[in-house]
Amino acid sequence: MQSLSRRDLGRAALAATAAATVPATARAQAAPSGPPIRIGYSMSLSGGLAGNGRPALLAHRIWAEEVNSKGGLLGRPVELVNYDDQSTGAQVPGIYTKLIDVDKVDLVISGYATAIIAPAMPIVMQRNMAFVSLFGTGVNNDFKYDRYFSINPTGSQVKETFAKGFMDIAMAMDPKPRSIALVNLDSDFHQRTAESARFLARQHGLRVVYDRAYPPSTVDFAPIIRAVQAARPDIVFVGSYPPDTAGLLRAASELRVNFQMMGGPMIGPHITAQKLQLGPILNNLVVWDVYAPEPTLQFPGTQALIERYQPLAAKEGTDALGHYVPPLAYAQMQVLEQAVRRVGRIDQAALAADMHANGFDTVIGPLRFDALGEWTEERNLYTQYQGVQGNGIDQFRKAGTQVILYPQRYKSGDLRKPYTAGA
Amino acid sequence: MDPDLALLLNGIVSGLLLGGLYAAAAAGLSVSFGMLDVVNIAHPAFMVLGALLVALLWAATGLDPLLLSVLLTPAFWALGAAIYVVYHHFFERRGDEAIQGLAFFFGVMFIIEVGLVLAIGPEQHFADAAYASTTWRLGEIDLPLRMLVPALVSFAAIGALVLFLRRTFTGRAIAAVAQDREALRLLAIDPVRIKRLAFGISIATAALAGGALVVVQPVDAWSGHVFIGRIFAVVIMGGLSSLGGCVLAALAFGVVENVTATFYGPSWSPAVAFGCLLLVLAVRPQGFFGRAA
Repeated sequence: MQSLSRRDLGRAALAATAAATVPATARAQAAPSGPPIRIGYSMSLSGGLAGNGRPALLAHRIWAEEVNSKGGLLGRPVELVNYDDQSTGAQVPGIYTKLIDVDKVDLVISGYATAIIAPAMPIVMQRNMAFVSLFGTGVNNDFKYDRYFSINPTGSQVKETFAKGFMDIAMAMDPKPRSIALVNLDSDFHQRTAESARFLARQHGLRVVYDRAYPPSTVDFAPIIRAVQAARPDIVFVGSYPPDTAGLLRAASELRVNFQMMGGPMIGPHITAQKLQLGPILNNLVVWDVYAPEPTLQFPGTQALIERYQPLAAKEGTDALGHYVPPLAYAQMQVLEQAVRRVGRIDQAALAADMHANGFDTVIGPLRFDALGEWTEERNLYTQYQGVQGNGIDQFRKAGTQVILYPQRYKSGDLRKPYTAGA
Repeated sequence: MDPDLALLLNGIVSGLLLGGLYAAAAAGLSVSFGMLDVVNIAHPAFMVLGALLVALLWAATGLDPLLLSVLLTPAFWALGAAIYVVYHHFFERRGDEAIQGLAFFFGVMFIIEVGLVLAIGPEQHFADAAYASTTWRLGEIDLPLRMLVPALVSFAAIGALVLFLRRTFTGRAIAAVAQDREALRLLAIDPVRIKRLAFGISIATAALAGGALVVVQPVDAWSGHVFIGRIFAVVIMGGLSSLGGCVLAALAFGVVENVTATFYGPSWSPAVAFGCLLLVLAVRPQGFFGRAA
């Protein structure tokens, strides 16, 4: 046996002292060990969906780093395995086949948006894996897969509930509107949302004076806005994606529109660059959203996530504010994490059963899933941009710039009318 | 004014302005595809490259986007000339320009798009010209400067190109190379040099078109996709090598699209516009100003 020198004894004493002073919680969060729990998915890192795919991936990485720094999942490190689907649904089945059969991932989640989620479904269903999706609308209506879970606030009754907030706000105006124009992009999501607006307009006795879809290849939006103006609606419900939203709002500004209320699922101002570009044109626009930095919509972890996200986003050159996709992408991982912790093992059937049976606490609030895997309680937010001045970014970080009008429980401001596209 | 008449006039005027953008996008293709017989399917991607460079330069300098696009033209000319050298060496010289050349330009298109994503990200970029939020009004006719100024710059650039092709020796040589390259050799003119020069010009016009595009709308790496079908249709409808025909076809395309969108809904616009292309080709297979074979 080797004798200990005085220096060795000193080192041992220091080590013992250090061990004794480390808090118990920290010792419990020892570095994860063993083979990693591998989570596989496709993500749109190039192509038209990449503007939202990249922030989603960044939120996932933040989650993984946090979990690993706190001892991992079931004591094992988590590892993200993802491939770029180039925003093309045709790439997705091959990616999931590789993830499951070659990479042997333990868990799968979806990439961003309905167009990417739906092509993954047959592969995931064939392998009986639990599947938590991100921003999919009505994906499981036809598949009816009992291990599908959706991180999207639209709920399963899209037709009955999606446009409810917009209509409730409109019908509370004085005087009440009597006519509505419906404009939507010819896409799956926007067809569903327009169907909801059409259904609810009928219920409220609103006369539909314009109801047309436009193709994704549309370049000039002035004829659409001009035709809507000519129909003289009181309110205008629009469903659009970012390039079209910019075109529609620019045209609205040039044609000096004046509608009592205009908005809907106009995806575009959700992306920071477009917020900054449009500036005051956004004033009084009522926009469907999933998050707004208002004091009424803060849950444990929301602000911390955004504060962690923004410097990383600046470094990586992705969406600067991160108010749209990152909170939901992070919640997607939290759902998976909480189910795995409760079940205590990687068992797809048990995970799915747990997700159906229990609720989840996430950065976007508490949520539960129904039989179709949608939220039991829809949470379509209708927000309004107010008091936007110039094109500075800081005003969009503050409360009061994008107030929540609906639902009532998160309401943070009152409707301002009319919508005049910045005039 | 009768509301329907006002709608019709506005539809026609906005269609003419939109046609100005289409003309800018199609003019370069009229040179490369119409005159040089180079099926440059990557032309809209070059336009987007120009648009995004203009957006970056605008963010850095604040100069007018259209002025910046003019400043970019020498660099784009050099880029076009270099690409033609590669294309000629590996495809045209061997007589492989048909399918393999097309594949080459598909590859160039993807490289540009992916390169742009890697370099500046997938987000949309924009450049706000000082006049972009101003709209002139003539009675009930709206003239948004966001559309009018790019259209006027586009017509001016195409006019200058037409003058160059008609009035200068080099310009006539470019027109001649489209008809009989061997005859050029008899005049001691190197047809490859002339084609290199002309292809550079076609890519330089893509920079101008990019400047016009980024004034009209925000642009991302894939914004060129919606223009591929349209600008090939415009060039074919115009008569391939005729810049005048190209402008006329672009204006017709814009007017048909916007009037259809105004009265029958935007979903019908592409169908009616491409239907008109088929009709023109049925009546005049050589296009508006093309020469009959």
